[in-house]
Amino acid sequence: MKKRLAAALAVAAMLSTAGCGDSRAHTQAVYMLVDTSGTYAKQVNKAAKIVSYLLATLNPGDSLAVAKVASRSFTEKDIVAKATFDDRPSRATLQKRAFKAKIDAFARHTEGSAHTDITGGLLQGAEYLNETHAGIKTIVIFSDMEEDLDRGAVRDFPIKLTGIRVVALNVTKLGTDNADPRRYLNRLAHWEARVRKAGASDWVVINDLDDHLDRILDSR
Amino acid sequence: MNWHSLLFWPHNLPLSLLVLFLLATTFLYAARAQMHGVIQAVCHLVASSMRVASHWLFGSANALRERNRTVLLAQGQSEAAEHIEREFERIASTVRRDLQEYPALQRKLMEDITRIEDDYQRCGEVPPPPPEWVRALESVAQIQSGGDIPRKLLEDVHKSVQKIHDKTVTEYRHSCEGRHKILKAMMPTWRSVSKAMEEVDKKMISLDTNSKKIDDHMEKYQAMRARDVKAEHALTISGFVQFVIAGLVMLIALGGAFINFKLIALPMSEMVGASDYLTNSLKTSDVAALVIILMEASMGLFLLESLRVTSLFPRIASMDDGMRRKLMLAALIFLIILACIESSLALMRDMLVADKQALLHDLSSSAAPAQESGLLSHIPMAGQMIMGFVLPFALAFVAIPLESAVHAARTVLGALLVQVMRALAFVCRFVGVAFRRLSRVLQMAYDVLIVIPLLIERIVSGVGVALPARAGAQKPGSAS
Repeated sequence: MKKRLAAALAVAAMLSTAGCGDSRAHTQAVYMLVDTSGTYAKQVNKAAKIVSYLLATLNPGDSLAVAKVASRSFTEKDIVAKATFDDRPSRATLQKRAFKAKIDAFARHTEGSAHTDITGGLLQGAEYLNETHAGIKTIVIFSDMEEDLDRGAVRDFPIKLTGIRVVALNVTKLGTDNADPRRYLNRLAHWEARVRKAGASDWVVINDLDDHLDRILDSR
Repeated sequence: MNWHSLLFWPHNLPLSLLVLFLLATTFLYAARAQMHGVIQAVCHLVASSMRVASHWLFGSANALRERNRTVLLAQGQSEAAEHIEREFERIASTVRRDLQEYPALQRKLMEDITRIEDDYQRCGEVPPPPPEWVRALESVAQIQSGGDIPRKLLEDVHKSVQKIHDKTVTEYRHSCEGRHKILKAMMPTWRSVSKAMEEVDKKMISLDTNSKKIDDHMEKYQAMRARDVKAEHALTISGFVQFVIAGLVMLIALGGAFINFKLIALPMSEMVGASDYLTNSLKTSDVAALVIILMEASMGLFLLESLRVTSLFPRIASMDDGMRRKLMLAALIFLIILACIESSLALMRDMLVADKQALLHDLSSSAAPAQESGLLSHIPMAGQMIMGFVLPFALAFVAIPLESAVHAARTVLGALLVQVMRALAFVCRFVGVAFRRLSRVLQMAYDVLIVIPLLIERIVSGVGVALPARAGAQKPGSAS
């Protein structure tokens, strides 16, 4: 009788251990930075389409935040919309609709910023993503990756992006890049080195938004 | 480590190799007897071990086969006894149902027959009475005298006779008509008797068929009791066939269960959460859907068990009828509840899919969603709901092939295990024999390596033998 009881307890313990697995580890969290400086302010609609793709692809339990890259982006005020989708698919669908409405409103009334603080946005994104405790964390940067800091903004220190994937989207070539392509390549190489040094798990550049959007999210 | 380090004179390779070869050959020659012993001992050890293993495997296979045979025949006897019992029950029910009316039927038959007999007696033709007046006529005709008196008398008689004849004929016709009526009235009785006899005949044929079946089963039973090889083979083949058929049916049921799973996995995520995982790849919603399906199968199992269609649980089989009926009712209620739940989950699935489609449409464009035809959109929903309600009941019947598979698995796995053990025993025996021969081969191969010292040894020993022989041969010569 004691042996049976012990066996039952062992099975119950195994089940409870299995049941206590960290569910958040299977979820994804995406923080999208949208550059609003210069010509990028006119491309917000393109960014909205990418947000739509993310909304369609993310599952219940996943998190998504969209923030604009302004002159000083290390602030929650720049977050346009954020949501952790409910476990129930029907509630998640409602949340996605509301999210979509916020993004549409943002796209309609975007004001261009004078400077581009990508580092600040990355720091803010890393903070948000680490708070979600998601298994897969991704920062999507919709920008030309040309950082233009405001006077007084200090960003020349090592940043920490441990375990975060960084995806650079729609990195357009500037006028000067056309004259000297090395500027463009050096810019990308600089960001890749910086991001990898910060502990990022991956660095991806996607310029073909029509065919390679599926590479934004890690489908492990 | 460089192989050059093994050379005595690295600058003189041939000489170094020659010295190495000579040293190795000398060592191998010196160790020849011991190496032969080692080779022989190792091969003998392996061969003996393999022989023992082979013996054990053959013995175990035979014991297992005997055990399988005993179990198989016992199962077969039990099944045959059940069949015989069932046939007897059928005969008993036939006798109870049909032949309990036999006294009434017999009484009816007797009454009908008596009535027919009476009618037959009544319709018998009564011969007309002998004409008494013929003798009177003969007497009158013998009168010799009297003139016209006899003639008148005869004429009077003729008239009277004619009158009586007419009356008699009329009466006879009336009588015939009456008898025909009686015969006509007998017809329904005849039909009734004929029908009753046909019924009796039919019932007797049914009883006869059942009796023949019992005879067949009894023959099989006796063959099993006598441990007949044919009976054993027949039972084994039957077991294999049952296993295959049950496997096929269960495969079909598995397909049904898979469809069922697909139907309720998505809506279950609405109930238990879509992002909850039990293990790295096992979603809680999937497990919940699987549990629902397994519960349906279990309830179906209990339902069929309590209906005595299957007999997997002796505890249920030995329950009294009242308790069994309660269990059956409980299983049926649970099954209906689960079917209703599944039907509503199917409805929820349809709604979720439609909702997601609408969201995707909204995300992809800002245009208004296309209006769907009401009827067309309702057909899949109704189909899913019906499937959700029906599939649990269909799944319940999986208990029957499951029982067959469980019973046949003992026979099939037993027979396969015997064959595997025999194959292993053969392999062991083969390896043992091979190692016994390998010992000699290895010894000879070893001798090939030291063939030069062996040749020298043979020459030296030849000289050693030849010298004393020659000395022996020269002695008599010198004496002479």
